[in-house]
Amino acid sequence: MSGTHAHTVAYVRESMLPEQAPPATEVGIIGWGKANLFSGWFNSIVTILSLAAIYLILAAILPWIFSPTWNATSLNECREILAGLGREGEHGVSGACWGVIRDRWLQLMFGFYPPYPITPDVNIGEAPVGSGVWPAYFRPILTFVLLIVALAPVLFEHPPRKLLYFTAIYPFLMPWLLWGGTIWSPLSVLAGFVIAFLVFRFVSTSYSSLLGIILAVVAALVWWMVLSGYVVDALDSILPVGIASVDSRSFGGFMLSITIGVVAIGCSLPIGIVLALGRQSDLLIVKALCVGFIEFIRGVPLITLLFVASVLLNIFLPPGTNFDIILRVIIMVTLFASAYMAEVIRGGLAALPKGQYEAADALGLDYWKSQQLVIMPQALKISIPGIVSTFIGVFKDTTLVSIIGLLDPLGLSNAIRADAAWNGIVWEIYGFIALLFFVFCFSMSRYSMYLERRLQTDHR
Amino acid sequence: MSTMAEYDDHMPEDHIPDRSKMRVSDEVAIQINDMNKWYGTFHVLRDINLTVYRGERIVICGPSGSGKSTLIRCINRLEEHQQGKIVVDGTELTSDLKNIDKIRSEVGMCFQHFNLFPHLTILENCTLAPIWVRKTPKKEADETAMHFLRKVKIPEQANKYPGQLSGGQQQRVAIARSLCMKPRIMLFDEPTSALDPEMIKEVLDTMIELAEEGMTMICVTHEMGFARQVANRVIFMDQGQIVEQNEPEKFFMDPQNDRTKLFLSQILGH
Ligand SMILES: Nc1ncnc2c1ncn2[C@@H]1O[C@H](COP(=O)(O)OP(=O)(O)O)[C@@H](O)[C@H]1O
Ligand SMILES: [Mg+2]
Repeated sequence: MSGTHAHTVAYVRESMLPEQAPPATEVGIIGWGKANLFSGWFNSIVTILSLAAIYLILAAILPWIFSPTWNATSLNECREILAGLGREGEHGVSGACWGVIRDRWLQLMFGFYPPYPITPDVNIGEAPVGSGVWPAYFRPILTFVLLIVALAPVLFEHPPRKLLYFTAIYPFLMPWLLWGGTIWSPLSVLAGFVIAFLVFRFVSTSYSSLLGIILAVVAALVWWMVLSGYVVDALDSILPVGIASVDSRSFGGFMLSITIGVVAIGCSLPIGIVLALGRQSDLLIVKALCVGFIEFIRGVPLITLLFVASVLLNIFLPPGTNFDIILRVIIMVTLFASAYMAEVIRGGLAALPKGQYEAADALGLDYWKSQQLVIMPQALKISIPGIVSTFIGVFKDTTLVSIIGLLDPLGLSNAIRADAAWNGIVWEIYGFIALLFFVFCFSMSRYSMYLERRLQTDHR
Repeated sequence: MSTMAEYDDHMPEDHIPDRSKMRVSDEVAIQINDMNKWYGTFHVLRDINLTVYRGERIVICGPSGSGKSTLIRCINRLEEHQQGKIVVDGTELTSDLKNIDKIRSEVGMCFQHFNLFPHLTILENCTLAPIWVRKTPKKEADETAMHFLRKVKIPEQANKYPGQLSGGQQQRVAIARSLCMKPRIMLFDEPTSALDPEMIKEVLDTMIELAEEGMTMICVTHEMGFARQVANRVIFMDQGQIVEQNEPEKFFMDPQNDRTKLFLSQILGH
């Protein structure tokens, strides 16, 4: 090797090269297409075939969608309009019949919820005296607008701090706005939490925090199950304040899906966290209870739980008890979602290095504080994709309530198709329902991606 | 045995430890009597007896798996011992949670892998425990944190996240985070083992400064330069036992036990 070099290896650059723009075929739309669509003969063929397939599908669907039948009042009228346009194919007219959506969309949204229930004096279902003051469906619409306000601290960065108070009272406001009745009911439910908190505060400072939690739960249950009924009646007879109450049977449509979905989603997250922590607990009984609950619920189809809620509970409850059907369904869906949530969060907890627990311990943070400040923020962040998948699953599963006779959008669609005017319509209604579900679920999924990006601090 | 200078490879050149500032008092900081610990049936710590006086800088070394980490983790009850007695700052470690929390908030600890909280900024890492454990007002906690971040020479990183810092910087933040709780004792578990030589210097520099301020320190480390120049006592552990302890000069120049001799020759690479 040595001594045979014909020329020197030393080299010194004399002038530095200026930076140059990449060739035009590498950037912009051409560069993108070249890299992603036509990067080789095989990819080019696949691209062309795909484009052809997309064209054929759209060519079949788009004319059906763009059909001027918005104002029709029955399926027959739709057919007449389409026939008048000469859009007759070999299987009768071709084109969607959108009149059904215009005719029934309020029902698909709100079911049989009365549009004008404002005060107890007003005749439910009719425009109030001096109508025009309150828009139709004022209460459910307000409820969902307020829902967004209440979610703001969770959804956005740097919300006004005072909004958190509103978020805290919203869970009590929401059922009152939807179901109505005396103002004392939500207040007494709230009082149960206050009682539980005070009991916990008192017992945990003077005895132990575990005893505090147990006694707090017992106290709250005693209040809700036994005492609060009398107190509410008494208060209502002294000072009757309230709004017209609406029966659960008149709930329906997307309002019902969203109500069940939001409550189940909202409750399943904290319950899931508690279950996941319980599953990791050193206390054998707590651990066994949590594992048993999670495995039982995950081992049973939701539809079974819903049947239990709608049929079996009535047999076991003492006759005459009025245990609201929607409440029963919400409890079942919540339990179902919580079990899945617990497992998703357990995955997040397992992904955290042991060092995080140790560092928190070494700094003197106690169990609850280290969970709250160190462990959960990280575990929940890791679990976001799983949590949101569970949310989306729960929201879509709310359609199962149609099987036990609740009028969610799918339940209503059967009712609509049974109507003589719209008998025979399938695609339009299901398409509309699917579109709305898609909008909700897709926004949740997009939001979760935004949240993941926003919370990313590890800069890997 | 070769020259002592070989031990000093990673010591910061511009910071010669000043032993005259490091004073040991008669007050007992940590007292460990006949302590035994098992992992299941595995006897990991055997008959440990150790008294640490306030202001001492103790370096613990020994082969991997000899129980060094376990020993210092028993001192702040990250691990539970089964037999014997550990008294820290006059408080005995029992299963009483109040004692444990009290001791943990007075004993700082730094880990090999820093264990910073990645979802919090550097400043938030430092103020978390003072605010939530000591109930310090946020403003005051921020000021204390900035004070200690200046001390470990990275105040300009306060609003970054741990993932944006180098290993050496992260370890110094971890030290600052412990210091914010104003501990009277600091435990270090191989604080430099995961770092490159340049970063080791930064961290040792901070540790020397702590020693010069009179902090009681127990360091598990293989930085023999640090042991020689800063420690007042070096402890060699093997198979869960304290095999030998002595002043650093004597420990390195004249080791007695064969295991110690073997270990020292291995560490020097001969
Ligand atoms: N959680 C544990 N369970 C069982 N054995 C353990 C555990 N932690 C450490 N050990 C064992 O105890 C011994 C001492 O470990 P450690 O104190 O980490 O050693 P060192 O820090 O000196 O390397 C090792 O043999 C290790 O395998
Ligand atoms: Mg170790």
